[in-house]
Amino acid sequence: MPEWSDLLNALVLLANFVLIPALSYGSQLALGALGITLVYGILRFSNFAHGDTMAFGAMVTILATWWLQSRGIGIAPLPTALLGLPFGIIATSVLCIVVDKTVYRHYRLQKSPSIVFVIASIGVMFMINGIVRFIIGPDDQQFADGERFIIKARDFKSMTGLSEGLTIKVSQGLTIVIAVVLVIALFWFLQKTRTGKSVRAFSDNEDLALLSGIDPDRVVMVTWILAAALATIAGTLYGLDKSFKPFTYFQLLLPIFAAAIVGGIGQPIGAIVGGFIIAFSEITITYAYKKFFKYLLPEQWEPQGLMQLLSTDYKFAVSFIILVVVLLVRPTGIFRGRVL
Amino acid sequence: MNQSSQTSRAIIAFAVTAALLIAVGIGQSWSLALTILNLCLISAVMALGVNIQWGYGGLFNVGIMGFAALGGVAAVLVSKAPVPGAWAVGGTNLMLAAAFCIATIAGTILLYRRLPKGRLRLLSITVVIAVGYFVIRYFYDPAVAAIESVNPAKHGYLGGLGLPIIFSWVVGGLFAAGAAWIVGKVVLGLRSDYLAIATLGISEIIIAVLKNEDWLTRGVKNVTGLSRPVPYEIDLQQIPWFIRWVEKLNATELASLSVEVRSDVLHKLVIDYSTLFVKLCYTGLFASVLVIILLLSTSALNSPWGRMMRAIRDNEVSASAMGKNITARHLQVFILGSAVVGIGGAMLTTLDGQFTPGTYHPLRFTFLIWVMVIVGGSGNNLGAVLGGFLVWFFWIEAEPVGLWLIDNATGWLGENHALRIHLMDSAQHMRLFLMGLVLLLVMRFSPGGILPQVIRRR
Repeated sequence: MPEWSDLLNALVLLANFVLIPALSYGSQLALGALGITLVYGILRFSNFAHGDTMAFGAMVTILATWWLQSRGIGIAPLPTALLGLPFGIIATSVLCIVVDKTVYRHYRLQKSPSIVFVIASIGVMFMINGIVRFIIGPDDQQFADGERFIIKARDFKSMTGLSEGLTIKVSQGLTIVIAVVLVIALFWFLQKTRTGKSVRAFSDNEDLALLSGIDPDRVVMVTWILAAALATIAGTLYGLDKSFKPFTYFQLLLPIFAAAIVGGIGQPIGAIVGGFIIAFSEITITYAYKKFFKYLLPEQWEPQGLMQLLSTDYKFAVSFIILVVVLLVRPTGIFRGRVL
Repeated sequence: MNQSSQTSRAIIAFAVTAALLIAVGIGQSWSLALTILNLCLISAVMALGVNIQWGYGGLFNVGIMGFAALGGVAAVLVSKAPVPGAWAVGGTNLMLAAAFCIATIAGTILLYRRLPKGRLRLLSITVVIAVGYFVIRYFYDPAVAAIESVNPAKHGYLGGLGLPIIFSWVVGGLFAAGAAWIVGKVVLGLRSDYLAIATLGISEIIIAVLKNEDWLTRGVKNVTGLSRPVPYEIDLQQIPWFIRWVEKLNATELASLSVEVRSDVLHKLVIDYSTLFVKLCYTGLFASVLVIILLLSTSALNSPWGRMMRAIRDNEVSASAMGKNITARHLQVFILGSAVVGIGGAMLTTLDGQFTPGTYHPLRFTFLIWVMVIVGGSGNNLGAVLGGFLVWFFWIEAEPVGLWLIDNATGWLGENHALRIHLMDSAQHMRLFLMGLVLLLVMRFSPGGILPQVIRRR
């Protein structure tokens, strides 16, 4: 029977390397998936440009943050990027609405099949990708400032006397808090306000919604603004947590789509649950449990290898395998979104 | 669009492409023009493969990158000599792991089909997968560790069969076809959006596997020095008849020079001509492959099979009501198109002379080839080829032309102006923007592409 301290150490180890990162990554995926699911539910196509929209929003936020930092404006200990977020959201909303008016509206009026929208979104993806790289360049950008840690490993060890430290970064805590706030705000908007109800009605049954006198252009505009806001916030939080590199946002597309589909595409609650499922699966399956077993098992059973189910390089493979299994076994997802 | 205007449009389009290439040859260099032409030919083959899936079957496959990479793997596995120690050390364990992998998959499928839906089936499948996983790992891990420790700096992998590399083009097609069969069985029932996402994921997984499984293709350490189907420039430069031929072609120029300078100039000319000759050899090989595939696809399109495929694409519901097995037909088309893409991938790796899994980016491979198909003419084989040529040409030439434009437009700002420096650095990213813009413009104003699909009227 392992000692109490070993048990606690093992738990703290898991919390530090699995629980906290998964919560934070899951929140980022959830916010991204919410944007995808809104666009899919209301505009009825998979928006391949969403990843690069996140990059664009993060880019404008970064530029605003740099400007604010150069002026000496800050909100220490929180990162200045939070002040730059409104700029990013406004710019990205304008971008999305302009793109909708020039590109997607034409196909909506023609009632084109959704594959045409998808190909158009690929064209938009190219253009936004080019713009972001043109303005800010393809390299890593640092824009985080303010306090870095809520709890440092050393402080935790001295506080509790355990040998394993727990680190919670400000960016991780911020991600989780902001995600919770945003989800509550989004649900309040969708359930309680009139515009939100018209958006839900439009998503449910377009013809009946139009018959009820709902203005489709307004619904579309509100959808794009919501998607742009969610994309900007998700992109900025991801950039704060890891770092900003335009190329990585395209790679996030796959886990985000997986999250939206697993949860049930078209259902906001599905996007959130899906995001956390994907994040937790990715991290638990690719984590090396060697130290965890070392704490729990007696000496002679200590593992030799890393005790990883899959190598860390296959992180994206995990989300994809979950996606394929869900598509084959239960295509509507957990919360019964749109049928195929 | 009737037949004669279609033909004249095609002729004009190809003439314009040829003129552009000649302009590059005269304005920049012939070597560059031939390099671009070779890559145009390879892109055209890949675009043909995509068009077979899109034009015949209406399948939106966004996983082309993976199939092209599999073609490259074939090039390595066929042409590289086998590494002697590696097979002895890890071969048997690897074979056992592979056998257990197949057994696990077969067992899972068998249980899924035989048992009725319910808890027993779920439980037994989970048990089979879990047990199979650990058994496979038991054999796989030591095998991989052993193979990768055999001379890791130079080899560290299993090596290949040591056959001439030109066979790898066919083998690449077969690899891609095999992968397409597996992938198609799993995902082809999905709707178009989901098919796109699923195929995108599959290609990412294939590339991730190639980057990490060092025992197969050295992963990110890359395999260099692949053998060639054409002579090496250095060898050419030694052959007497080649030197005499270059001398004869440039007789007037050489005669005007003095004797001492003549041999140096001749030597330089021989080097230039040898590079051009090698590139022309590649052009000949690639062009023949393209022509063969184009002829085969066109004759398939005009056959009863082709008419059936297009009828299925245009109205799936009535085709299904007539008793056609839609999924099986889609699978056929998926496999054929992927095989062609695999051949293109093998050709690309042959031209590069090395296999670098890190260079397979979805933007450059998958999406660019989709732009080629749509801009060139979706559903039209000749259109896909034209799209391959034009779009690749603009993709490559966008950077130097963009730099030249920015250079002239901002010349008045002075050499070290920050804006000018930033613009010059970022010129290459504008080609992404340009591609997207071209795609959107073509889709909006000429949805069929430059050479739209031919619809036969009675």
